[in-house]
Amino acid sequence: MNKEYFEGVASFTVYIIITVFFILSVRLYVIQILNGSDYRDAADSNRVRAVSLPASRGIIYDRSGTPLVKNKPYFYASLIPGRSPVDTHGLAALTKTDESKLAAKIKKEKNNIFKTIVLKEGLSFKEVAEIEARKSDFPGLIVETSVTRNYVYNTVGSHVIGYLGKPNKQQIEKLQLDDVSPETFIGQWGVEQLYDSTLRGTAGRKIIEVDALGRQLKELEVIKPITGGDITLSLDINLQQIAEQSFKDKTGSLVALDPKTGEVLAMASMPSFDPNDFVMGIDSEKWSALHKDKQYPLLNRALQSSYPPGSVFKVLMSVAGLDDGAITTTTPVGCTGEMHYGKWSFGCWKAHGTVTFHRGLVQSCDIYFYDVGRRLGIDKIHKYARMFGLGKKTGLDIVGGEEREGLIPSIAWKQKKMKQPWFLGETFVASIGQGYVNITPAQAALLSAMVANEGLPIHLSLLKGTAPPDESKRLKIKPEVFAEVKSAMYGVVNEGGGTGGSSRSALVHISGKTGTAQVVKGRVKTETLKQQLRDHGWFIAYAPSEDPQIAVAAVVEHGGHGGSAAAPIVKNVIEAFVKSPYYKKPVQSEE
Amino acid sequence: MLILLLAISVISVLTIYSTTRPIMSSALQPNYYLKQSVWVLIGFIVLFIVLIKDYVWLRDAGYFIYGIGIFLLILVLVMGKSGLGAQRWLDLKIFSFQPSEIFRLILVAGVSKYLSSVKSPLDRRSFLLSLLIFGIIPFILIIKQPHLGTGIVLFTTYLFLAISKKIEKKLLIILIAIALVVVPLGGKTIWKHLKDYQKNRILAFVNPEIDPKGIGYQIEQSKITIGSGMTFGRGYLKGTQGPLKFLPEKHTDFVFSVFAEEWGFAGSILLFSLYLIFFIRGFDTALKAKDEFGKYMASGLTFMLFLYFLINIGMTLGMMPVVGVPIPFMSYGGTSLISNFIIVGIIINIRMRRLVMV
Repeated sequence: MNKEYFEGVASFTVYIIITVFFILSVRLYVIQILNGSDYRDAADSNRVRAVSLPASRGIIYDRSGTPLVKNKPYFYASLIPGRSPVDTHGLAALTKTDESKLAAKIKKEKNNIFKTIVLKEGLSFKEVAEIEARKSDFPGLIVETSVTRNYVYNTVGSHVIGYLGKPNKQQIEKLQLDDVSPETFIGQWGVEQLYDSTLRGTAGRKIIEVDALGRQLKELEVIKPITGGDITLSLDINLQQIAEQSFKDKTGSLVALDPKTGEVLAMASMPSFDPNDFVMGIDSEKWSALHKDKQYPLLNRALQSSYPPGSVFKVLMSVAGLDDGAITTTTPVGCTGEMHYGKWSFGCWKAHGTVTFHRGLVQSCDIYFYDVGRRLGIDKIHKYARMFGLGKKTGLDIVGGEEREGLIPSIAWKQKKMKQPWFLGETFVASIGQGYVNITPAQAALLSAMVANEGLPIHLSLLKGTAPPDESKRLKIKPEVFAEVKSAMYGVVNEGGGTGGSSRSALVHISGKTGTAQVVKGRVKTETLKQQLRDHGWFIAYAPSEDPQIAVAAVVEHGGHGGSAAAPIVKNVIEAFVKSPYYKKPVQSEE
Repeated sequence: MLILLLAISVISVLTIYSTTRPIMSSALQPNYYLKQSVWVLIGFIVLFIVLIKDYVWLRDAGYFIYGIGIFLLILVLVMGKSGLGAQRWLDLKIFSFQPSEIFRLILVAGVSKYLSSVKSPLDRRSFLLSLLIFGIIPFILIIKQPHLGTGIVLFTTYLFLAISKKIEKKLLIILIAIALVVVPLGGKTIWKHLKDYQKNRILAFVNPEIDPKGIGYQIEQSKITIGSGMTFGRGYLKGTQGPLKFLPEKHTDFVFSVFAEEWGFAGSILLFSLYLIFFIRGFDTALKAKDEFGKYMASGLTFMLFLYFLINIGMTLGMMPVVGVPIPFMSYGGTSLISNFIIVGIIINIRMRRLVMV
């Protein structure tokens, strides 16, 4: 053996080994120190997943504490993304979904590790059982629980209560909340939307550690969801139910208020819809059926439809005329059933002879109010109407910015809108609530309430326990004016020849005013017209006359005469109110 | 050397315990760490037994043992037990046994005997003969199992020993020339005979993006595991990648990755130092050995262990293809551990008797 040669090879090898160790150490340095934090991030994202824990929504109660909605569990199958390939064929069969859609969904979401992939929603108990039984065959497959709504009263009050739905892109951007994911149900309409932030609560999160297959191993962190706050509405579900039933199959709307506070006691819009249909995410068939329905059941007519108020507007004309001094209670007007102005002729529904204020309103004499209008002028009518909340939004934001403003014309309005001067003839038409004049049922209720409370401006509110209105804002209208108008409204219902006799009640004194809004111009006998061309019937009222606790407005679309169509509905609601525990019997004055 | 071995063995058991610990509280801890402890204990006993008798008997019995070794390799191909698509084990009823593991020692003994018995340098005939007997035949038998990593290590060890014997310059030049010409061509033949998963490993090494969920995934996960250890590591029993099954074969081939995750750069360098001292000590023993056989044995065995170390660490660091080579003394596995202890026993034996004159 050549000893020197061997020693040479051996020491050379040792140098090689030392060099190799150096190279390995440098590599280690690069991986652990230079790139260490990147690798640590990668390691953490390897093993950590977040599962959202939805918060229970708050409960919506009615005025008496009756729950209007209940929460019910909602199951959906999800997949926690893992490293292993997913058996999409088996999964599709198990969840009864389309395989190609499922595969596309998984592919799309695969890298979003902080999110589970929703495979199928709204599982039945049977489906949940099936999936749970076969879970181990599909690593990462879990059944998640969420909470959805059960609207106890189905169609009753649905326009007010609203419904839930998944947020669209704009809503997610607008809400800018971390806990609102595309899977979170949020309020999309009505109270559910208006008080969504209160009701929704805060979703929790469960951070879990998963293995390479996406199976949950342990919980690292649980952020508990915070249950949403409850809401007690001013609505009375019993009253609401009676209101809706009273419409039978008629189309229309009713709004009942507490004239002292502005709290809404009932708000009906017929026909109605069942918000339970939206709970699982409404299917497109039902949705398009609701949308195509000629009766527009999704429309909240109380706020989203405006109608010419007809003779109901004479209440406003009365207040304005008396307060302004344009008329006094004794100013006489002769009614021959017709009035000529220029080449036009304006009619009345009958020849009243000479009328003064009281009989003019009780018997709803058009000629009398043409005269009031002529004396006031359109701009004063406009001014008073606005004071009573007519022609402007109530701001009760349950229809998502789609509230109708209605319209009270003025000279300036016409000039701006039509580039034409105002004609006196148009004032006559406006004075009996026709022509350009348009108001919503909610505004009509406001008018009724503000006459009942003698000029105290109120704001519509759906929450029970609303602060009483600011007394300092009370309109500067003489009390005698309200006394006269109220006495006449009492007469409309209770005096012989009054147009609102059909709402006369044995239980309570009701004051009110009928209205018939023309759909077709000119006087045609209503009964001979086709349904869709018939007049809209209005009735506004408050009760009890001595101490108003409820103010109501109702409109029946194409219902014909207000006295016959709308007044009985209002009477039903008022009588139901009188039987309710909130009703305070007025102190009997000696008669 | 014993202290180094003890230190690495303790690290091994602790790391195997950590890497196989269950994350779900209900699951049972697999008993790999217990088994490994038992193997370590047996290893030390065997090591001390090896020390009793002068290693010279190995030289005397060299060819005979080599014959048995080749026979065992053939036997394993004929009637071996399959595991994970490889036929590496002989079922000895009580335990399974991997002849290729113990063959590592046998080969070095055989080559050393041969080299110490021929005159230096190796001429063409003796070289080619030894190349066939100690290089090519065992290589083919082992990669047939298939065990590519061990085959490469053993072949390289043979070449290393042949070169340290000194081969004729002309031969060396021809050898290099052949290597340059044949390896690409022969590589093709070998490539054809490789199993698919072996091909994939090499492909994935060349381009990890080919197969991010397969072999490339292993390399990537190993790098993530090591890298996430950063400077001082996550701490013992705080590593996550192993127990969560992101890292495959974490207690065997990738046990270092888990160690590096928990102990960081600092711990890894410390571990490297242990191995480095061990290898230097091995070559020092070779230089000081009393006879030529001892010199070849000590350097050959040390070199072989170094190759294992290099390939394993290189693999976990993503510098070498995943060929399934354990890291000596650390990876879980009975046969490999025992044979490594015997190997260390022989090196210590050689060192012990370095001053005794023949």
